[in-house]
Amino acid sequence: MLDPMMLDTFMLSFKLASITVVILFIIALPLSWYLSQTHSKIKPLLEAITALPIVLPPSVLGFYILMALSQNSPIGAFFKDVFDINLVFNFKALVIASCFYSLPFMVQPLQSGFESLNKNMIEASYLAGKSQFQTIFQVALPNIKPAVLTAIIITFAHTVGEFGVVLMVGGSIPGETKVASVAIYEMVEIMDYSQAHIYSGIMLSMSFVVLLSVYLFNAKHNRKFGLNR
Amino acid sequence: MIKINITKELHGAKGSMILEIDLHIKEGEFIALSGPSGSGKTTLLRILGGLEKAQGDISVANSIWLKGSKTISPQKRGIGFMFQEDALFNNMTLLENLLFANKEIDLAQRLLEITELQELQHSYPKNLSGGQKQRVSLCRALMRQPKILLLDEPLSALDPKMRSKLQKMIVTLHHEFSLTTIMVSHEPSEIYKLATRVIVLSEGKIIQDDSPKEVLLKTTGSQKFSFMGELLELQKVDTIFIAVIAIGQQLVEIVLSKEEVSSLQVGDKVSIATKAFNPTLSKIT
Repeated sequence: MLDPMMLDTFMLSFKLASITVVILFIIALPLSWYLSQTHSKIKPLLEAITALPIVLPPSVLGFYILMALSQNSPIGAFFKDVFDINLVFNFKALVIASCFYSLPFMVQPLQSGFESLNKNMIEASYLAGKSQFQTIFQVALPNIKPAVLTAIIITFAHTVGEFGVVLMVGGSIPGETKVASVAIYEMVEIMDYSQAHIYSGIMLSMSFVVLLSVYLFNAKHNRKFGLNR
Repeated sequence: MIKINITKELHGAKGSMILEIDLHIKEGEFIALSGPSGSGKTTLLRILGGLEKAQGDISVANSIWLKGSKTISPQKRGIGFMFQEDALFNNMTLLENLLFANKEIDLAQRLLEITELQELQHSYPKNLSGGQKQRVSLCRALMRQPKILLLDEPLSALDPKMRSKLQKMIVTLHHEFSLTTIMVSHEPSEIYKLATRVIVLSEGKIIQDDSPKEVLLKTTGSQKFSFMGELLELQKVDTIFIAVIAIGQQLVEIVLSKEEVSSLQVGDKVSIATKAFNPTLSKIT
C-alpha cells in the first residue's frame, strides 16, 4: 500500500521547508533584532508588512507572487533574460513563495524573544566592548533558545503545511512542486480516501511529535537557566 | 579628569524637566550621587556610560566623549558599569561572564578572590543569591581595567550585612585599581563610609556639592544630634504617648505629649533632635 510517490512528496515537502527555514533565519535575524531594539517611527509600518502573510488569503499572496515572478513582469523577465532562470511552476518558485508566506512565523517569535531580554544585559555586553553582532550571537541568541527553536519549528511546520500559495505558484508537478499537502488534496479529489488517510495520518503524528519536543525542550531550558526576563 | 557640561530633556512621572549638569571630577574621587528619585541620577550615569543621548560636552582625560550631540559608543569608553539589578549573562558561568569582557584569566581569578567567589566560578547566575550576583557584576565591570567605575545603586536590593560587605569590597577595589568612582546612593551611612564627595541632584540640577560631612552632618541651630526617621506607630499610655520611629535599620521609642502628637501621623517623615546631653558610646560585643 506504500506508494513510491509518497516518499517523493514528503521529501519534497521537507526539502522545501528546510531551505525556507535557513533562508528565513538569515533574513529574519537582523530584521527581528532591529524591530526589537528600535524606537523608530517606521517600526509599526515594518511590523504591519511583516505580519501581512498571516492575514492575507494564501491565494492572494500566491497571485501577487505569480504575477511578480512570471516572465511578463520586470523581475521575472530579468531573471529569464540575464540568468535564463524560470521562476514559476518549479521548485525555486516554491522556495521564494514560502519565504514570503512564512516570514512572520520566523520574525515574530525571534522579535518577542529579543524584546523579553533584560535590556541591561544587552547594554552590559556593549559596555564590555562587544559589537552588536557579537552581542546578538554570544549573548542575545543563547539566552532566547526557546524562542529560536519555536521560530524554526513553527516556520518549518508552517511551510510543510502550506497549500494555497504552493498550488498558485508551483502547480502540482510530481517530484518538482507536488508537496504532501497538495498530494492529499488531489487524493481527496479522486476519492482515494485510504491514501489520503495515510498521508494525513503521517502529517498529524509528525506535527504532534515535533511540537511536543519543542515544549519539552523549552521546559527543560527554563529549569536550567531560569526564565528570561 | 572628567568634565561634564550637558543638558537633556527628561520625561518623568512628574512631567518633563531639563537635566542640566556642569561638573568637574578629579582623578581618584569617589563621588556619591544622591537626591530624590526622578531627579536624574541614573540618567546622568547612563549618559556617562554612553547608554543615553544628551547635548553638550563630556571630556575624560584627553579624549572627548561627547561634543554637541556627537558621541562615542559605550564600547569605546572603557568604563566599568554596574546596574541596579543584575545584568549577568545567564548563558555563561560566573567565570565566563568575566572572561567575556576580557580574556585575562589572572585578573579574573584575582577579582574572584577579592570578592570571595572563587568556589562558585563554574556556577550559572541562576543559582546565585542577590549578593553573589552583584559581586559578579562588580568583578565583570572591572575586567577591562577601567579608569572610571559607575555604580547605579548596586546595593539597594541587598540586606544590611551583605551591603556592608560589598561596601568594603568596593572601597578595596576603588583603591587597588586606582579608580574614579561615581555611585548613585540614598543611604547616608553608605555615602559617609565610601564617598569623598557628595553631589545632590534635585529636578535635574545640582543643589549640593560638598564633602559627606558637610552634606550629611548638617544640623540646624545648636542641636547636637539630629536623625531623620519615619513614624511607625503612636501608642497612648495613660496620659502620654509613645512614638515608635524607624531610623535606618533601628527602631526607637520616644515619649511625646498630647500637644506634640496632635500634628503627627503614622507614616510621617520626622526629624529627632536633642541638645543638652552627653551621649555615651560603648562598643557592642
